[in-house]
Amino acid sequence: MNDKLVIAGHEFDSRFILGSGKYSLELIKAAVENAGAQIITLALRRANSDADNILDYIPKGVTLLPNTSGARNAEEAVRIARLSREVGCGDFVKIEVIHDSKYLLPDNYETIKATEILAKEGFIVMPYMYPDLNAARDLVNAGAASIMPLGAPIGSNKGICTKDFIKILIEEIDLPIIVDAGIGKPSQACEAMEMGAAAVMANTAIATAGDIPAMAEAFKKAIEAGRTAYLSGMGRVIEKASASSPLTGFLQD
Amino acid sequence: MAKINGKEITEAAGGPLSRYLDEKGYKRTYIAVEVNGGILPKTEYDSYIINDEDVIEIVNFVGGG
Repeated sequence: MNDKLVIAGHEFDSRFILGSGKYSLELIKAAVENAGAQIITLALRRANSDADNILDYIPKGVTLLPNTSGARNAEEAVRIARLSREVGCGDFVKIEVIHDSKYLLPDNYETIKATEILAKEGFIVMPYMYPDLNAARDLVNAGAASIMPLGAPIGSNKGICTKDFIKILIEEIDLPIIVDAGIGKPSQACEAMEMGAAAVMANTAIATAGDIPAMAEAFKKAIEAGRTAYLSGMGRVIEKASASSPLTGFLQD
Repeated sequence: MAKINGKEITEAAGGPLSRYLDEKGYKRTYIAVEVNGGILPKTEYDSYIINDEDVIEIVNFVGGG
């Protein structure tokens, strides 16, 4: 079946975007491989020349998706994005503009501004956002390549608390909707895919698992199952029972 | 005194940026450099001489979500 995730003309077989934060570099390769992930997120920080570099641990051929974490407004996000591209790993960028340290909720307004600037500069912009239809439409108009609504606060593992609003985005927005943040277990990733999300992004759920590579594999299977279920078309839901076995030919007839 | 990644570095000014990067062990393929708010292309690391008042940021990728 030809069912690719397409972002700005780039095709991916995997619909699992894996984060690389909060776990050891040694485990990244196994996590990426078990996840079957073709896109991995990174952050940009002041370089420590003594430290091992994460790029040495990411398998070849994986698309890098730097985020703009640390940015508190559009201007800072643009600065981080430009520096990320200068490192020389492609044009993808996940816009993240946050100035609320308690819930880490994204600032949609500043995110739209940053998206507009970076899209004009040729970036493939994937904005992380609070699932609001009007903001999502503005992001489309600003040149976003996908929309990444949050399921729950970053790192909370609470699941898709914003389910009904993400469904509206899936229904109304003609770009890949990638559920990002808050997904805590494979069943929730599966649920996102059953809803029609184009992909799922997860980090903390894997990073805080007991066996990181095994959890990456569990997510992979869940995402694939959810996608297949979505494409299959869900069975209907009714109020009363509907026998699955024939209602004729009983022994007492 | 030049400020590099938030720290004042006495010995850096007057020499080429590439010398500082090499001395500290930075691999060019992993980093990006910003000088006084503007990106310095990798091709200019050799020719750029660090000035006394420069504010320089050397960044690279780390794990993140």
